[in-house]
Amino acid sequence: MTRPFTAGCASPPTIRQRGQHEVFCGLTSIIWLHRKIQDAFFLIVGSRTCAHLMQSAAGVMIFSEPRFATAIMEERDLAGMADMHDELDRVVDKLLARRPDIKMLVLVGSCPSEVIKFDLPKAAERLNRQHAPGLRVMSYSGSGIETTFTQGEDNFLAALIGEAPSAGSEDEAARLVIAGCLPEVVEDQFSRLLRDLGIPGVHFLPARSSSATPAIGPQTKFILAQPWLGAATAALEARGATRIDTIFPLGEQGTTAWLGAIATAFDVTEARFEEVTQAPRQRARAALRHYRPWLEGRRIFLFPDSQLEPSLARFLVNETGAEIVEVGSPYLHRDLSAGEIAMLPPGVPISEGQDVDMQIDRCRAAEPDLIVCGMGLANPFEAEGRLSKWSIEFVFSPIQGYEQTGDLAELFARPLRRSAMLTQGLAGGEGVSCN
Amino acid sequence: MQLSMWTYEGPPHVGAMRIAASMEEVHFVLHAPQGDTYADLLFTMIERRKSRPPVTYTTFQARDLGGSTADVFKSACQDAVERFKPAALLVGASCTAELLQDDPAGLTRALAPGVPVVPLDLPSYQKKETWGAAETFYRLVRAFAGGRTRPQDIAPNSCNILGPTALGFRNRDDVREVSKLLEANGLDVRVVAPLGARPADLARLPEAAFNIVLYPEIAETAARWLEKTHGMPCLTSVPIGVAATRRFIADARALAGLPEAPVRGADEDRLTWYSRSVDSTYLTGKRVFIFGDATHALAAARIASDELGFKVCGLGTYMREFARDVRAAARDYGVEPLISDDHLEVEDAIIEARPELVLGTQMERHIAKRLRVPCAVISAPVHVQDFPARYSPQMGFEGANVIFDSWVHPLMMGLEEHLLSMFRDDFEFNDAVGASHLTANTPVATEATREATAAVVLADRLWTSDAEQELKKVPFFVRGKARRNTEHFAAENGIHPITVETLYDAKAHFAR
Repeated sequence: MTRPFTAGCASPPTIRQRGQHEVFCGLTSIIWLHRKIQDAFFLIVGSRTCAHLMQSAAGVMIFSEPRFATAIMEERDLAGMADMHDELDRVVDKLLARRPDIKMLVLVGSCPSEVIKFDLPKAAERLNRQHAPGLRVMSYSGSGIETTFTQGEDNFLAALIGEAPSAGSEDEAARLVIAGCLPEVVEDQFSRLLRDLGIPGVHFLPARSSSATPAIGPQTKFILAQPWLGAATAALEARGATRIDTIFPLGEQGTTAWLGAIATAFDVTEARFEEVTQAPRQRARAALRHYRPWLEGRRIFLFPDSQLEPSLARFLVNETGAEIVEVGSPYLHRDLSAGEIAMLPPGVPISEGQDVDMQIDRCRAAEPDLIVCGMGLANPFEAEGRLSKWSIEFVFSPIQGYEQTGDLAELFARPLRRSAMLTQGLAGGEGVSCN
Repeated sequence: MQLSMWTYEGPPHVGAMRIAASMEEVHFVLHAPQGDTYADLLFTMIERRKSRPPVTYTTFQARDLGGSTADVFKSACQDAVERFKPAALLVGASCTAELLQDDPAGLTRALAPGVPVVPLDLPSYQKKETWGAAETFYRLVRAFAGGRTRPQDIAPNSCNILGPTALGFRNRDDVREVSKLLEANGLDVRVVAPLGARPADLARLPEAAFNIVLYPEIAETAARWLEKTHGMPCLTSVPIGVAATRRFIADARALAGLPEAPVRGADEDRLTWYSRSVDSTYLTGKRVFIFGDATHALAAARIASDELGFKVCGLGTYMREFARDVRAAARDYGVEPLISDDHLEVEDAIIEARPELVLGTQMERHIAKRLRVPCAVISAPVHVQDFPARYSPQMGFEGANVIFDSWVHPLMMGLEEHLLSMFRDDFEFNDAVGASHLTANTPVATEATREATAAVVLADRLWTSDAEQELKKVPFFVRGKARRNTEHFAAENGIHPITVETLYDAKAHFAR
């Protein structure tokens, strides 16, 4: 049960570019946050652009009334600041009249609200006083000038941790906090594995209900389930919690290292660990075998999107035999991702930030077999005859843990399989034989 | 401050993007923070465009706010000109950049990029997407057709088609259908813009005799300017529906000075016969709720009422700029006009109107789905489904055929409805049993669920049990409506509980 990574030799080259970033802003995290915390409502204080972004990015979820909305600032709001707080109160009253079931209201700052320095924490404090105790009000910033995509979740969790109850006694504090939104199926699997390992007092952050945030104190150990949680890490450490440092639970290797790090921190015996993880590890390897033929030796280029990219690249290289042309990440938390980066083959270029046109040039020149990129870029690449996988699926699909290892590989293999099917099928001629 | 869960329109810079993406050789430099690039996916995903929209986002960040955001703009602008070598450069700001007041127009002038620059003023906190598109198209037309002089000799039958854009509802197919119709009826289509046009084509606009404004929301501002500046008349009747198509061709021929003649292409009209065929008797008086952009909503109301024999029970638009026409039309149909961009208000109005068919945008499609009312989409905002692989215009005679299919199919077809009422008492032909060929897989109602249902009825006692029994004799496919109508009637008249009498009083009340 040794940790399967050690800090590598020379750090790989990093491409740092600034120019057009083809990534979502932090507001977009709300799309999964609002599904996760079932009694919370996210109210963006922003512009029509924010509202339009949310519905464009979350288009498919229109079927249910979402637990997020935008308070759209208008010309007359910008005229005087005092007026804007009144306006916000009015919007909140309207919202609460429609959704009296809401227990936590989260005010989310946007680019325009940051630029005009609208004081959201102050507004949250005032609203808290007005609506306590039935409703908790908090705030964080998901603005594009400060955050990309998944960093919105980071800021939200940092705010949530700031409001977490303090442990009155040693017994009250969570023993283990798993930070970062995970799909429920993954949470349930991890809960079972950790129970079987005999780890007590496990809490997921965020919890499924706004009132279930655990008490955090010096007795608390925490581990990240997602790589984008720099601010949340700082907030947990400020509470005295200690981080279990490892790689992320993607793939059989990542999941084993991740669970192993927890086991080590809680003095679980090697025999127990083997006993608990042996069967799912074998299942994960068996599932991977289906997809390896599609991915082995394939050259893959990852555009920046969610910050999961270094972990995905590590998985692709070590567990599917793919080659990595470039790993882009909108932002790198170097200390949180150090383990992942150390496990990449030497010389794999890592790019942080983006100049999208130049990156597209590099990508075209490299002629990769598969391009992992955002929805704005995917179809244009396909139209050039290149194969792509939209990266947003990695934040919406269950990909972590042993039982999803095959699914994760399948997400990369599917475009390749599909292309092979269509190349044969659409070429005409023989057609599909009945024999 | 306005509370918004879903919006009908994006911000004005998205409208500007739609114009840039519609045209060739145009590039748009948008001063905007990280994240605004989401708008690219509207084009690449919803419309499945094969190229990224021609937009460069400057992507400034918090650390730039100290004073260098103008430099960020300048270098992005310079790079874009070098890389894309456009024939026209649009520059503008998104909502956040508007607050910074960096003056993209002035910065670009100072750069002297060597290409025609069209600065855009897009007030994000006042205006919306469609306005932004109209304004951008007008600015481009003004920039390129402005200094031109009208030629001496202009063929009187020459015309331009103005208004079709990227992300427009079926615009791609409308242009093909309308061009074909115009050509068949003796007109000569010169420039179609903005869709597919280059800046140089805009300079040729004054060379045609007149303009056809296919989508007033997008092209009216530009067309009025061309009228004022170059004396070009414009045709604003919109050829959606059979009668409107005939009128459109007649108007176009009159503007071109061509004599009256039978409309060519009318033999493709199937709507007229299908609507007269006996099967369509069942469409008579179906209550239809209509909501969309002004052009499509008005056309839909006309077709619904005049060509399909529906009853318009609600009419509205999310475009305040075109509210006047919709108000006037609503008066003619005897309904209260709904001018709102609040989809919750639209939902309330739909519930209130109790329609049997909803014609709306993707937003109303979702509302109708929740209410289990049939629905067809007639207008932007669009969704990936609104870009079908097949040819399916809304305009012209083929457009009318497409409309007949797409509105009538969600309703129960007449023959089917007739058979259902003939056999409604058949022992295995009602909602209590599944279709006979599916018997093996049909769940049987258990005693427990029957008891549960009975308990609910007893608990609210809105209906007497006799009335409840009588209601069950109403064919199941209209029973829900009968229940709603009766409860509505009872509530309005303070009747409680609902008796068999009430049921038939309500039936008489709502008879038509």
